[in-house]
Amino acid sequence: MTASTNSSDFQTFDYDVLIIGAGGAGLRAAIEAAGDLRVGLVCKSLLGKAHTVMAEGGVAASLANVDERDSWQTHFADTMRGGQYLSQPLMPEFHAKEAPKRVLELEQWGALFDRTKDGKILQRNFGGHKYPRLAHVGDRTGLEMIRTLQDHGIHQGIDVHMECTVTKLLTDDGRVVGAFGYERELGRFKVFNAKAVVLCTGGIGRAFKITSNSWEYTGDGHSLAYHAGAELMDMEFVQFHPTGMVWPPSVRGILVTEGVRGEGGILKNTDDKRFMFDDIPDLYVNQTADNPEEGWRYTQGDRDARRPPELLTRDHVARCIVREIREGRGSEHGGVYLDIAWIKEKMPNAEAHIKKKLPSMYHQFKELAGIDITKEPMEVGPTTHYAMGGVRVDPATQMSGVPGLFAAGECAAGLHGANRLGGNSLSDLLVFGKRAGEYAAKFAAENEDTKADPAQIEAAAAEALAPFERATANPYDIQFELQDLMQDKVGIVRVESEMEEAVTAVRDLKERASVVGVSGNRQYNPGWHTALDLDNLMTVSEAVAMAALERKESRGAHFRDDYPDKEEEYSKFNSVLYKGEDGQMELRREPVPALSEEQSAIIEENR
Amino acid sequence: MATRSFNVWRGDSSGGDYVEYTTDITEGMVVLDAVHQIQAESANDLAVRWNCKAGKCGSCSAEVNGMPRLMCMTRMADLPEGQPVNIKPMKAFPVMRDLVTDVSWNYRVKEKIAPFAPREPDVDDGTWRFPQEDGDRVQEFRKCIECYLCQDVCHVLREHNKHDEFVGPRFLVYLAALEMQPLDTGDRLLEIKDDYGIGYCNITKCCTNVCPEGITITDNAIIPLKERVVDRYYDPVQKIWRALTGKS
Ligand SMILES: Cc1cc2nc3c(=O)[nH]c(=O)nc-3n(C[C@H](O)[C@H](O)[C@H](O)COP(=O)(O)OP(=O)(O)OC[C@H]3O[C@@H](n4cnc5c(N)ncnc54)[C@H](O)[C@@H]3O)c2cc1C
Ligand code: SF4
Ligand code: SF4
Ligand code: FES
Repeated sequence: MTASTNSSDFQTFDYDVLIIGAGGAGLRAAIEAAGDLRVGLVCKSLLGKAHTVMAEGGVAASLANVDERDSWQTHFADTMRGGQYLSQPLMPEFHAKEAPKRVLELEQWGALFDRTKDGKILQRNFGGHKYPRLAHVGDRTGLEMIRTLQDHGIHQGIDVHMECTVTKLLTDDGRVVGAFGYERELGRFKVFNAKAVVLCTGGIGRAFKITSNSWEYTGDGHSLAYHAGAELMDMEFVQFHPTGMVWPPSVRGILVTEGVRGEGGILKNTDDKRFMFDDIPDLYVNQTADNPEEGWRYTQGDRDARRPPELLTRDHVARCIVREIREGRGSEHGGVYLDIAWIKEKMPNAEAHIKKKLPSMYHQFKELAGIDITKEPMEVGPTTHYAMGGVRVDPATQMSGVPGLFAAGECAAGLHGANRLGGNSLSDLLVFGKRAGEYAAKFAAENEDTKADPAQIEAAAAEALAPFERATANPYDIQFELQDLMQDKVGIVRVESEMEEAVTAVRDLKERASVVGVSGNRQYNPGWHTALDLDNLMTVSEAVAMAALERKESRGAHFRDDYPDKEEEYSKFNSVLYKGEDGQMELRREPVPALSEEQSAIIEENR
Repeated sequence: MATRSFNVWRGDSSGGDYVEYTTDITEGMVVLDAVHQIQAESANDLAVRWNCKAGKCGSCSAEVNGMPRLMCMTRMADLPEGQPVNIKPMKAFPVMRDLVTDVSWNYRVKEKIAPFAPREPDVDDGTWRFPQEDGDRVQEFRKCIECYLCQDVCHVLREHNKHDEFVGPRFLVYLAALEMQPLDTGDRLLEIKDDYGIGYCNITKCCTNVCPEGITITDNAIIPLKERVVDRYYDPVQKIWRALTGKS
């Protein structure tokens, strides 16, 4: 069957607000925008399957249910420290202040969090958070959250377009006026006219070979925004989670929640040494246990104990693991050991306790690796996990530089700076998803109806169908090559020469990607979908490599072997990427906004 | 490494047939990996729905050697060697293409069910208090990843196509989670009896047996709901009491 570009193939929908992405951020935004307005929600998968479903450990909010010393101020200070002071300070402030309300709202909509002894929402410890702060449901918090939002959202009059991929934003005179996409099922095109568009498309992990992210994470929102004229920021900061599965090969990268360490799990090398005690960064010396006993007491809720070094920030733990592996002290399959079984020395009912606290981890290792984590250690190693970088937005409204175009959740930048703390993403989705929905609705109400330019629609359709006209390169080959390239040259440990190679190689691949061909027809055709995703992957890869080259220092998640230390000069700016006049990607240094007096004081108090 | 052969159902709503493929299997591979490898090597347009590849999203449901399974959680090593692996789409739902079925019916069913409606907050700050034990049962139900494998295996839907009269085990679990939610004030028993067709379930427990989340669907969700329905609508003492007092 040949594909036609006949415009009668389009279905057209008119909305006030169009939300692209139905994870936590998109659903929360849609709920907020719905009511009097016409709201459309588009997602690549079925509703309720977005990446948010995979989140395990919890959602961070200073409810102070477990430790009454917690407050928004401490949460703010922890987030700023974690982000190495590159966050846009207003975002961590809004986030810390509003997260508790947003979490309680979930309970009001039917979420059932684990409880404290006095019947409140229970909170657990997590890396970089001073107090137990993560509201959770065992280790399936993301499922609870997305299901709650979904089950509430379906009664709000939101129009949902499932299994529909947006490939282009439509603009008019610099303003966004809608979006163009295809139905994955039949391959038919859909045109959405909208006064405001909110991007909630998640991350970019599929640009790398080893990742905890699903196929959806091809950086679509980043790329859509970039091509529509918005700016990307902090793209050099890609979080490599220290603990992904390493064996067997087919499960490599699948996440092992930080909750394992929060519950007392320890990291050991092949010499049975607890290597995390060897290197504790200055910023954290005061807050870190200096002996195993104190660390254990911390995980069991002793308020006078300091956290074990396993719960240092992710970037640091990941690098310590890489060091052990590189220096030949790794495990059999090229990782290190993560041991939770050892807690049987400390508690009588350890086996049942582990199964209750970490049910999906127990399940995952049992089913996929044939390992019983209540008896044996796991093998783990770093995995590409989260993009701190994203669309540059206004901290309050979440609007990008393109009028009417908003972004929230993982595809937006500004909250996490150089590194995200665990649990701060789920709360990010709620806080900024709500804000984006609210301000997009406001923008829509204040602005006139729009109509997309038919020529833009035709062009978008032609571009989407082009791979059918060609039968050259296999899209999967190019995708695999790119993933290898990014993993090897722009991964956890970076150096100038390799990244230079990477930038050139990405540009070459981009050329080759522009001529990939696919066979078959438009109905549910994964080859075609992969071909169309390639451009997004190329855009984000180029952005990551360019921003990483620019930052000649090591900070947060960005580590350079050739510049292993933090440099004052680089503490003052965020890297911003945008499409230049000639269509090439360009980079600009943007000063980090100054702290308010109150913010500085809070940070000082929490040093 | 060993080469294994697969019979994969290919087609669409108008019909289709098995197509044979072979691919190399390495240690630890799951069925979904094999399908992806086939897709990349020899059938670029082979349709398969998946997302997390970690048993968490419930997208990759299919029938592997006749068993309703998540493809991402079915290890190749656990399937008998020396015979081809047979993969076909779920039977209880219309085929879209290849291994992908149209599960939209499930979404329509859920929309009909009255949503969660909490009691007034227990504390002035708008929060509630209840012990963990009160939440345990519901948390079991909320582990559901909506893979619809239980729907696929239930004979009421699979063999008798009672999609208009019976919501299926997945939504009986959903209803149980609402009815037993410690804060919920809704009452859905009449609908459970009349519209959602709980009477069709004859407790074969096939649903419980296939649930990848290990939810004891029949014993913990369906039977208690059946008991509640019986208590209210069929118990003679209750009936007389209601007739006399007008209360339920
Ligand atoms: C295994 C794992 C565990 C995690 N655990 C935690 C945790 O414990 N705590 C925490 O805070 N964070 C955690 N995270 C991070 C967190 O889950 C994610 O950052 C977050 O869920 C992202 O949510 P989102 O709403 O931004 O995007 P997602 O939930 O990923 O949703 C993206 C949506 O956009 C849609 N989409 C994308 N592109 C397009 C397109 N072109 N057209 C149409 N739709 C599109 C997708 O279909 C999807 O619906 C974890 C992440 C992983 C991978
Ligand atoms: S127990 Fe009931 S719901 Fe479950 S499969 Fe059997 S008949 Fe269907
Ligand atoms: S109850 Fe179990 S089998 Fe049924 S949809 Fe939920 S997870 Fe799947
Ligand atoms: S892909 Fe998510 S359950 Fe199999």
